[in-house]
Amino acid sequence: MVLAVFCVLSLLAISSGVLVFVVDSMARATFCLLVSFLAVAAMVLMTGLAYLGVVIILMMIIEMVIMAVFMVMFMMNPAGLMPMSMFHNTRGAAVISGLVFTGLAAGILVVDWPQRRGVPAPDPTVALGEALMGGHMLTMMTLGVTLFATIVATVVLSTGRGRYDRLGDDLDAERADDPAGGGVGR
Amino acid sequence: MILEAFLLMAAALLCIGLFGALTQQSIVMLMMGLELMINGIILAAAAFWYFLAPASDGQVIVVAVVTAMAIEMAMGFAVVTAIYRAQRIDMTDSATELEG
Repeated sequence: MVLAVFCVLSLLAISSGVLVFVVDSMARATFCLLVSFLAVAAMVLMTGLAYLGVVIILMMIIEMVIMAVFMVMFMMNPAGLMPMSMFHNTRGAAVISGLVFTGLAAGILVVDWPQRRGVPAPDPTVALGEALMGGHMLTMMTLGVTLFATIVATVVLSTGRGRYDRLGDDLDAERADDPAGGGVGR
Repeated sequence: MILEAFLLMAAALLCIGLFGALTQQSIVMLMMGLELMINGIILAAAAFWYFLAPASDGQVIVVAVVTAMAIEMAMGFAVVTAIYRAQRIDMTDSATELEG
């Protein structure tokens, strides 16, 4: 039964992953990618990582919906109403991808994998929490700071008018050059 | 379930994503390829945790990879927004500002 579920999820993940780059509609491609992510998250759940599996499911649903919005914003053909090819160098990419897969598969099948060391904790979620708040605190802090830096960087990159637009290259303008006045003295 | 099956599955996802990242002209579609590659890495990390070393260190690796995926997505969209705002570019072939 477990093997059958694994096979079905594998087929689903691979086929929907391929469909991402086959379908004309970018919106459909986004949801094919979501199906692939959900299949992988289900496989993560099968390994006993309940918390991380659910986190991946929730995160991917939100992420793909946001991606669908960006598709509509930036793609010229989000609904796939005009069949069009948006590929370049397909032959070279296929050769590179095929070689990488062959190398990885050979390594996976040739390596004599060691036996499992130890047994999973009774509650892996508790074990993860204790690790992140204990021995892996530095990892957690690094991830937190990196996420905060990402928030700042994304705002700086995507903002239309920054402080240099408002106050000049040397930031020494007496009054900000804003399209609409504001503040107490308006 | 065996480790090799999980890893072959992860390798397949990684290579499909690699193909997409190398072939797509749209920056957003290119990011989808990168996401598929990271998806494969998540699966491989979970398989290593389950089949080889079920200590909490393996789970921490999955957390780090999931975080990397979120950061890639956020930064990618921010860069797409910035490059589109600056030069009206949404295709990789047009983004040649740094071409030597």
